[in-house]
Amino acid sequence: MMISCDEAAHICNKTQYKEASLWEKIKLRLHVVVCATCAKFAKKNRQLTSLCEKANLHVLSQPEKDQMKKRLEKEY
Amino acid sequence: MLLKTIFTEHRAILNSLFLHVFPNPMAAHKLHPENWVDQYADYLFNYAVARVNDAEIAKDLVQETFFAGLKSAKNYKGDAAERTWLIAILKRKVIDHYRKINSKKGKAEVKVNYSAQSDSEGDWLEERVADPFGQGGDGAIENEELGLAIQECITKLPKKQALVFKMKTVQGMETEDICNELGINPSNLWVMIHRARTALMGCLNENWF
Repeated sequence: MMISCDEAAHICNKTQYKEASLWEKIKLRLHVVVCATCAKFAKKNRQLTSLCEKANLHVLSQPEKDQMKKRLEKEY
Repeated sequence: MLLKTIFTEHRAILNSLFLHVFPNPMAAHKLHPENWVDQYADYLFNYAVARVNDAEIAKDLVQETFFAGLKSAKNYKGDAAERTWLIAILKRKVIDHYRKINSKKGKAEVKVNYSAQSDSEGDWLEERVADPFGQGGDGAIENEELGLAIQECITKLPKKQALVFKMKTVQGMETEDICNELGINPSNLWVMIHRARTALMGCLNENWF
């Protein structure tokens, strides 16, 4: 029923990507009630997720990067 | 004899003073074009997308920036970090891009386009609402700064952590797909995600939390 802080952090990370099961979420909630450190971590983790969403990040895919590299190498 | 020692002493002081005022280029930053794409492509791309509002054009601008950087590598003095130097080039490329689309033909006609590409679909505002690359306009500048801050923090991560974090968070890939592509198992992945997230929290802490 009670879980370790490592496990709590793991579930918390999964929650950020909506991959934690209901039971895992319940276990995390119970842990966070008694563990201030994990509560703080969970809060920051949520904030990081919302910052990443708000920032509207863009990345190039690997094939696009490979193509860029190839073109660049020709110019060396 | 005495004069000579004084001279050499002075020369040492003068030398160090001189180096202080004009830092030795060899001692400061160096360019590593072979790492540019891996290290800075996403950062530059983010910057460009925010300005030209079009992923394809942004990609071309980043590529042009790398070409231009390579061409003028011998002018690099080493007093700015590589990334800052590349951003400065990209800024000029963005300006050039807008000059180009606003020159000659552009001045002669009245444009009511909302996107840079006039002939493609999405001329109507309604069509562009759901576009992930379009900007809502509200808080766009702050969000852009935030985006660059996050990208900057990501470039400080170890390479593999950065890759896994970007695949998971930005590209939204499934855990299983990432594991298959990189040949790692899920617990490896979650450890890397955990380290990356913790590092990012620390890195963003000062300004954004």
